[in-house]
Amino acid sequence: MRIAAARRWLVGLLLLLTACSATPGDSTSPSASTYIQNKGSDTIVNLALAWAEAYQKVKPEVRISVTGGGSGTGLTALISGTVDIANASRKIKTEEIKAAEANGIEPVEHVIARDAIAVIVNPQNPIGELSLEQISRIYRGEVTNWSELGGEDRPIVRLSRETNSGTHVYFLEEVIRLGDKDNKEIFSADTLLLPSSEGIISEVSENPNAIGYDGLGYVTDHVKMVAVARTADQPYVLPSVESVNSGQYPISRDLYMYARGDAPQIVLDYLAWILSPAAQQIVTDLGFVPILSTTAGK
Amino acid sequence: METAKSERWITWIVKISGYSSILFVSLILFFLVREGLPALGDVPLKDLFGVRWYPIEGYFGIWPLIFGSVLVTVGALLIGIPFGIGTAVYLSELAPAWIKNVLKPIIEILAGLPSVVLGFLGIQLAAPFFRQFLNLPTGLTAFTGAVLLGFIAIPTIVSISEDALNTVPSGYRQGALALGANHWQTIWGVTVPAARSGLLTAVMLGVGRAIGETMAVMMVTGNAPVLPRSLNALFLPARTMTATIASEMGEVATGSEHYHVLFFIGMVLFGISLAVNLTASSLALRSRKRAERLLS
Repeated sequence: MRIAAARRWLVGLLLLLTACSATPGDSTSPSASTYIQNKGSDTIVNLALAWAEAYQKVKPEVRISVTGGGSGTGLTALISGTVDIANASRKIKTEEIKAAEANGIEPVEHVIARDAIAVIVNPQNPIGELSLEQISRIYRGEVTNWSELGGEDRPIVRLSRETNSGTHVYFLEEVIRLGDKDNKEIFSADTLLLPSSEGIISEVSENPNAIGYDGLGYVTDHVKMVAVARTADQPYVLPSVESVNSGQYPISRDLYMYARGDAPQIVLDYLAWILSPAAQQIVTDLGFVPILSTTAGK
Repeated sequence: METAKSERWITWIVKISGYSSILFVSLILFFLVREGLPALGDVPLKDLFGVRWYPIEGYFGIWPLIFGSVLVTVGALLIGIPFGIGTAVYLSELAPAWIKNVLKPIIEILAGLPSVVLGFLGIQLAAPFFRQFLNLPTGLTAFTGAVLLGFIAIPTIVSISEDALNTVPSGYRQGALALGANHWQTIWGVTVPAARSGLLTAVMLGVGRAIGETMAVMMVTGNAPVLPRSLNALFLPARTMTATIASEMGEVATGSEHYHVLFFIGMVLFGISLAVNLTASSLALRSRKRAERLLS
């Protein structure tokens, strides 16, 4: 994960450098109106970089620099007025809105893509369906053997991302606590915290005892996705673009970009382009779930 | 006149480089304490030495991390010491010259291998192998970490032990053989005890190498902050102090409770390595004195 993060930083830096080196040659002086600063969530950073690169072909005069650092980092930068667009894999908090308004900035939310979180097991594992309640009990340590869920007599090995991951926090709130704000349950202490999404895929693909979760874009053929039901009496649904957009798949979240209310026209143009079919195709290519053009009438 | 002046300059430069290490260590200590000590004010002592580590919900118990580090390090030494010293004895006392010429460079290559490469091999080969061979729920355990750390510590232990064995005067060996001792008795009864202080230094540097190692450990131990309840814990996942700092420092807000606690863990690590070094040097000193007394 570190290496991937470093690589993203480097790419961001390179993009920034090319932007810097290109501007002095332009006859028009480099002004804020041709330059977009974009910062935030590490989940979104690869997508944002791909968009920034593609947008160079659409509007070569607009330079976009993309950096990661986490949703909180991006929103803090937006609040202090140092970036034009903040990427976030969670909704902005009320405190952050207040802090922004105190600085005379009104943050406007744009849903730019969706991300499904797939629950995965080893292909040898006969279990193919789990309810949210069952997943929660597994990760809380109440269920410790697959036979309790109708599977083989094998111990359950729980895998998770590290606590600094936005995906970890989302999984904690929406799956382990079942979306209940007053619920203070946490991961069982013997949950393995792996430093990367790839680490989870590799352990699940190799170990028949393991269960893990990962963004849909990371899932490979070497692991088996579990169909998930909101409650035991509702239908079990596999994650896919369709089931996420129809709202049937229960573990999915929106990904956001936040810009200020009085953003310059080029920022608004860029955000509008992101919802275009061409840009949403990049979303699909990177394994995220695109927003249907019908629902994206912003 | 001219030479005296330049000599004074050189003396100064050498002196400054000598003192600089003291300066650096004290600066590091100062920074660690400044950032780590507020943790004691932020988190009640009872919670800080609690048994649950889950920082994003305010559980800051560092016992599982301390025990995780100790478990992995002790395991690494159980593997590293016999193999390391055994290899050094073989190289210095038994191996024919041509084997020595082949083995030594290979061990040095092992020493230069980046730990992330070993970690990668650990995740891809060692962890699946141990899971099947020992019939464990998962191969990502303290034991897998200990084996990798053993491999990381072995080159350090071998090269320093071998140097120590080489400095044993050949008169000792000849004397032992002349008294009728066989080859094995000479090695075990004379050469190895005579090199004891050097061997101890080798082991202690191996400990230092193992307890400070981060990357390989983070990749293969599973990082679950479980408090060990029995020796069986060696074959369960564990989370070390170094892996915790490495994986959580990146995202933590400067000045927050969590930030201070991570620095506090750094202080604990500093304290442990200081204790290891002090023990090593005092033991080395004592055994040298005894050896001098016996031989003079």
